[in-house]
Amino acid sequence: MQKLLLAVDRLSTWLGQLFAWSIVVLTFMITYEVFSRYVLNAPHDWNLNVQIMLYGTLFMMAGAYTLSKNGHVRGDVLYGFFRPRTQAAIDLILYIVFFLPGIVALTYAGWGYANEALAIREQTFSATALPLYPFKFVIPVAGGMLLLQGIVEIVRCITCLRDGEWPSREHDVEEVDVDKLKEMVHVKDEDIAALDKYVAPANYVQGGKS
Amino acid sequence: MKIRKELWFGFIIMGLIVAGTAVMLISAPTITNGHLGLMMLALVVVAIMLGFPTAFTLMGMGMVFTWLAYEENTTKTLDLMVQAAFKVMSNDVLISIPLFVFMGYLVERANLIEKLFKSLHLALARVPGSLAVATLFTCAVFATATGIVGAVVTLMGLLALPQMLRGGYDVRVSAGAITAGGCLGILIPPSVLLIVYGATAGVSVVQLYAGAFFPGIMLAGLYILYVILLAKLKPALAPPLSEEARHITLPPMTQRISDAVSNRALPALLTALKGSRNAGVPSDYILKQLGITLLPAIVFVLVAGMSYRSATEPLDPVAVMQSGGLAEPSGSQREGRGASGGVQEPPGASGSLQEPPAASGGLKEPPAAGGLQEPPSASGGLKEPPGSGVQEPPGAAGGVKEPPGVTSSNAANAAPQAAPERRTAGRGFWIGLGVGAIALFGLYAMLSFQRLEVFKMLLASFFPLVILILAVLGSIVFGLATPTEAAAVGAFGGFILAAAYRQLNLAMVKESVFLTAKTSAMVCWLFVGSAIFSAAFALLGGQELVEHWVMSMNLSKTQFLLLSQVIIFVLGWPLEWTEIIVIFMPIFIPLLDNFGVDPLFFGLLVALNLQTAFLSPPVAMAAFYLKGVSPPHVTLNQIFAGMLPFMGIQVLAIFLLYMFPGIGLWLPQVLYK
Repeated sequence: MQKLLLAVDRLSTWLGQLFAWSIVVLTFMITYEVFSRYVLNAPHDWNLNVQIMLYGTLFMMAGAYTLSKNGHVRGDVLYGFFRPRTQAAIDLILYIVFFLPGIVALTYAGWGYANEALAIREQTFSATALPLYPFKFVIPVAGGMLLLQGIVEIVRCITCLRDGEWPSREHDVEEVDVDKLKEMVHVKDEDIAALDKYVAPANYVQGGKS
Repeated sequence: MKIRKELWFGFIIMGLIVAGTAVMLISAPTITNGHLGLMMLALVVVAIMLGFPTAFTLMGMGMVFTWLAYEENTTKTLDLMVQAAFKVMSNDVLISIPLFVFMGYLVERANLIEKLFKSLHLALARVPGSLAVATLFTCAVFATATGIVGAVVTLMGLLALPQMLRGGYDVRVSAGAITAGGCLGILIPPSVLLIVYGATAGVSVVQLYAGAFFPGIMLAGLYILYVILLAKLKPALAPPLSEEARHITLPPMTQRISDAVSNRALPALLTALKGSRNAGVPSDYILKQLGITLLPAIVFVLVAGMSYRSATEPLDPVAVMQSGGLAEPSGSQREGRGASGGVQEPPGASGSLQEPPAASGGLKEPPAAGGLQEPPSASGGLKEPPGSGVQEPPGAAGGVKEPPGVTSSNAANAAPQAAPERRTAGRGFWIGLGVGAIALFGLYAMLSFQRLEVFKMLLASFFPLVILILAVLGSIVFGLATPTEAAAVGAFGGFILAAAYRQLNLAMVKESVFLTAKTSAMVCWLFVGSAIFSAAFALLGGQELVEHWVMSMNLSKTQFLLLSQVIIFVLGWPLEWTEIIVIFMPIFIPLLDNFGVDPLFFGLLVALNLQTAFLSPPVAMAAFYLKGVSPPHVTLNQIFAGMLPFMGIQVLAIFLLYMFPGIGLWLPQVLYK
C-alpha cells in the first residue's frame, strides 16, 4: 500500500517539477523580450499571452505536487497542537466534505470547458493568434492530478487513524532547511551550544524551559 | 485528557465565532440569503482554524454555497467554478508572484548574507549598538531582496546572534532586532504581499510599490533609531564593540604601502605609483587599488556631467510624450524609442557587479549615509538635476540617475512649470556641484586604508543587492517596466548574482525552481479557492448585508479605519496574511467608498498591520524560526519579550502613517497624478 502511495506521490512530484521549469523559461523569455523591445525595438505581440500560459500552467500543475509535500497553507493555530490521530480525523472529514466535491466539480467542469474550446479551436485575441484550448485543458489535467493525490492523502489519513502516526513522505527541498542553512554560513551545532555560557549567567531566571 | 492552553485559546475563539453567528441568525427577523453568506464566512474561519488546507476549504465551501445561491442549479455552479479558476490562471497581475519568489530564492542562495553582515557591521562599528544596527540593516536589505521571512530570520540567527551574544548584548535586544528585521521584507517592496493585495483589491501594484516604499523605509528607520537610543541610554544592553572586533586586517601589500608612505589611501597610492617609494608592491596592484579608491570621484564626475546635460537640455517632445505614457504604468505597450534610455535597469544592475562605475551608482544613497560617514551620501542628494522641479526620493535616486533618458522623462513628468528653468544650469546646479566637490574632498581626506577595505567589502556585497532592488523597484515605479517584466529581469539579476558569487549550479537552480513552484501553487490555488468563495459571498448578498450593517453603525472615517484595522489585527492571530487578504479584503474594499478612504492608502495600512502579525505572540512565526537556531538556554519567552518593543514601534508606524498619509501617498501622487 505504502508503495502505491509513494508511486502516486512521485508522479505528482515529477509532473509538478517538470512544469516548474517554466519559471526559468519565463525569466529568460521576459528578460529577452524587455531587451528586444527597448534595445532592438522589436516587441512581440504574442509574448504576454505566452507569459500568461506559462504562469497558469506552472501553478496549476504544481497544485498536486504541493499537496503531495503537504505544502498548501493551513491555519496552524490549533492543528500543530493536535495529536496525529486527531489531525487525521479532521483531515479525513474535511477531505470528504470540501476537497472531493470541490475538485471533482472543478475537473468535470474544466473538462467540458476545455472541450468547448477545442471544438471551436479557440484562439487568443492577439495579432499573432495562438491556440488557447491546450491552455484550457490544463484545468482538467491539473484537477485530475489533484484528485488522484487527494485520494492518496485520504488513504494516508486512514493509515494514520489506524497506526496513530503519519506515514512517511519522500523528502523534498524545503524553504527553511535549517541544516542546509547552517552549512551555508558555516555554523556548527557545537558553536551554538557553546554560546550558552553567554546566555545562562545573565538571564538565569527561567532556566532551560522552552 | 488534559487540554493544553493553546488549544483552549483556539477553541474559545472558535466558540465565540459560532456563538456570534448563532445569535445573529436567531435575532434576525427573517433569514435571507445574506445571512447565509455571513454564516458561510463564520464557518470558513472555523474550518480554516481546524487546519485543513485553506485553498480547498474555500473551494469546497464556496461551491456548496454557490449552489445554494443559484437555487441548486448545478450547471451554473460548475460554470462559475471553472471561470473563477480560469480567471486566476489568466491574471496578468499574479504572474509576477512566481517571478519575484524565484528571484528571492536565487538571491538567498547566492549566499552573500555572511559578507553583507560582516561588511555592514565593520562599516557601522562606531554607531552605538552597532551590531544590532548592522543586523537590522542586513535584514532590511536581504529581506527586501528575498522576501522569505523564515530563511532570513534563521540565517541571521546563525550569523548575528552569536556575535551579539559574544559582544555582551542582551538576549532580548538581539532576538528582537533579528526577528523584527527579518519581517521587513513583507512590507518593503518588491513584496509579494503587495501584489496579492493589489490583485485582490484591484489597486495598481505599481502605485502600491511606490506608496509602500517610504513607510517601509520609515519602519526600518524607526527600528534603527530605537536600537541606537537604547544603546545610548542603556549601554549595558548593547555595549560598544571591542577594539579587536573592530580591527580590520589589511592585505599584506596594502599594509606595506601604508607603512612606507601614509595611511591616507589616495595620496599614499599616488605616491606609491610614482615608483620610488612603492615598497616593492607591483604597480598593477596599486593601480587596481587606485581604481577602486577613485570610484566615488568617477561617479561624481559622471553624475555631475549628466545632470549638467539634463539640466541644460531643453525639454524635448519625446520626453513629454513619454511622460504621458508614464501616467498609466499598467499600459502594456510602451514605445521602444522614447524609453530606449530605459535600458538602464537590470542589465546595468547586473553588470554593475563587475563594472564599478555602474555599481557605485547606488553607492551614494542612504545606506552609505547610515554609517561609514562617506560623503558620497551627500553627493547622492545633489547630483540630481537641481534645476528640475522633481525632488527624487533619495532611495529611488539610484535607479534614476544612471541613464540620461530616464532623468529627463522623469523631469518631464514633473510638468511644465519645470520647463523654463531647464534651459540653463541654474545656480542650484553649481551650488550642488560645489557642495559635492567639498564632500568628495572630505571623503578622500578621511579615507584610510582600513576604510578602503570596508568600502571594498561593501562593494562586493551591499551595493549589488541594493542596486538590484533599486533597479527592479525603480523601473516599476518610474513606469519603465511592468511589475512582471521587472520581476523577470530581477530573477535574471538573481542568476547573475549567484554566478558572480560562484554559487550557480544545477542543484541550486533546481532547488529554487521547485520551491518557486510550491510557493506559487500555494498562493495561486488560494486565489482559485477565494475567487469561488467571494463569488458565492457576493451571490448570496452577504456584501450588502455587511454594508448595511456597517452603515447603520454611523461610524466616522476614523472610527471605521480603526475598527477595520483592529479586526485585521485580531484576524492576524489565527490566520495567515494570505488568507486574510484573499478572504477579507473583498469584503472591506467595497466599504471604503462610503467613507472616502483611498484603497491605496488602506492597502498600506493593511500591509503595515499584517506585518505586526508576524511579531505578535503566541503565533509569531519569526520567533519559532529563531528559537530553532539559538542556544538552548534562550527561551521563547525571551524572544517574545524582545519582539514586543518592535511591535510597539510597528503600531507607532501605523499611527504615523495614519496621521501623515503623505508618507505613503506623496510618491504615488508625484509620479502618477
